[in-house]
Amino acid sequence: MGTLIRGKPLVPGQASGTALVSREPLSFWGGYDHRTGEIIDRRHPLAGQCAAGRVLVLPYARGSSTTTAVLLEALRAGTAPAAILTTGAETFFALAAIVAEEMYQRSFPVVIVLETDAVALQTGMHLRIDLDGTIKMEPGLPA
Amino acid sequence: MTLQLSDLDRALLGGDRGPAAALAMRIILRMAEVFEAGSLLDITQAHIDSTIYIGEANLEFAERLAQGGARVAVPTTLNVSGLDEHGWQAWAVPPDWAEKARRQMVAYQEMGCIPTWTCAPYQTEHAPRFGQQIAWGESNAIVYANSVLGARTERYPDLLDICAAITGRVPAFGLHLDENRRGEVLLRLTGIPPALQHDSSFYPVLGYLLGKLAGDRVPVLEGLEADPDEDQLKALGAAAASSGNVGLFHIVGVTPEAPTLEAATGGRQVQAVAVDLAALRSARAELTTGRGDGLDMVVLGSPHFSLAEFRRLAPLLHGRRHPDVRFLVTTSRAVAHMAKKAGLLDPLDSFGGQVTVDTCILASPMLPAEVRRLMTNSGKYAYYAPGLLGAQVVFGGLEDCVNSARAGRVLRDDALWER
Repeated sequence: MGTLIRGKPLVPGQASGTALVSREPLSFWGGYDHRTGEIIDRRHPLAGQCAAGRVLVLPYARGSSTTTAVLLEALRAGTAPAAILTTGAETFFALAAIVAEEMYQRSFPVVIVLETDAVALQTGMHLRIDLDGTIKMEPGLPA
Repeated sequence: MTLQLSDLDRALLGGDRGPAAALAMRIILRMAEVFEAGSLLDITQAHIDSTIYIGEANLEFAERLAQGGARVAVPTTLNVSGLDEHGWQAWAVPPDWAEKARRQMVAYQEMGCIPTWTCAPYQTEHAPRFGQQIAWGESNAIVYANSVLGARTERYPDLLDICAAITGRVPAFGLHLDENRRGEVLLRLTGIPPALQHDSSFYPVLGYLLGKLAGDRVPVLEGLEADPDEDQLKALGAAAASSGNVGLFHIVGVTPEAPTLEAATGGRQVQAVAVDLAALRSARAELTTGRGDGLDMVVLGSPHFSLAEFRRLAPLLHGRRHPDVRFLVTTSRAVAHMAKKAGLLDPLDSFGGQVTVDTCILASPMLPAEVRRLMTNSGKYAYYAPGLLGAQVVFGGLEDCVNSARAGRVLRDDALWER
């Protein structure tokens, strides 16, 4: 049994994966290695973590307008997160998802969740995201 | 929400101008939905950041648009590319990488864009004017156009900028609209020595702190006693747009939409944060990584060096750089040409310095592996170099940078920052 959060899908899709959560915004340019999925911004709390295949939870994309381009590369290469959940209005990630659908028929959910709901999201939890933006949380397996 | 489409919008969507223009219009409309925009508006100009070669996907996107017959509908400038088109061979750029980056340059030129290849398009003859609706990519260009020129652009991400240029249309949202241009957080400078405020190394540090404090809110800065010039405002904006989501800032008494604090905030009460010397000092420290005075390279010009910056640099360049420290300035081909005509490249040449155009050290894999520690006067280079290049970085003023290159080790004059 898991708990549910109702998010708002910016780009609807289905995905599941282990959560990787930060309260710090991230620029993918200079922050995300699209060849490996590793977070490389050394000033970011998730530096050194691999986000490929995980559900990445961030407030929003910081800084560079190249974030979209980097995420598109990761989507093509298979090194992208499984989905991105944000708490702020976020458009850079949504655009990459829309272009990936057009170019590669690849579905990548980008969902906005309320900040009050996002506090329940913890790194290591298993998250399942549905088309309507529902997020099902299950406790992570013991490491 | 139903969007009102013009006849031209519908024609584009229906493929009357080819499959690529239809693709661009589909993306604009999907993004209008994401932004919850009620309508589209016309733009008069675009600046394309998607020129930076990141990898196969972005090249495929560019070539799909170009080969699908897409042409830009408004005057469109190009940001830095991945390549100094005529000078990359002198650096460590792998030839196969260069070939792909060059193909991406060709694709954007085929779409009718102007090959400016610069991240400082606001310092060219293509700079927009106050109130003009534009679609710009490149975070530093966006913040400059909005804040210093008073033109209106949302923070366009890569790939959307070119779709806007092809369709001439953007969702009516964000910083295009009056109600989103008002200041949302007030940063009050207190007790900052005037001598520091007049120093150019103050502005990247202030920008970096501004971005961190503002996050995704529009900041208003009050209490600046100096009257910053174009290049100081450019440095401030570039750093703020690196450390935060800043697409627009106001400086009371300086920027065009902030003649007074009331005008900048629209008369609303906003949260006020005091910015003192201690906060600036620690922000400055954060722009440097690693320890010691080791140095492999000095790099200037992010955003691209202007003619005025070349003019300031020239008289500092007496003597010659240390043989172990490279000295590089990144700029646009147009500014390099003007600097050469003005005789400003001769002192750089005698100093042992180099110029790279069309690109920068962050957008091109040009630096040899032995460059492990950089020094720069750019907040943007300092912010991104550790993540993108895996190099350590030292932030310092312009004069510090030149002196360090000559000495072969990091020298910084901290007097202005202490008190």
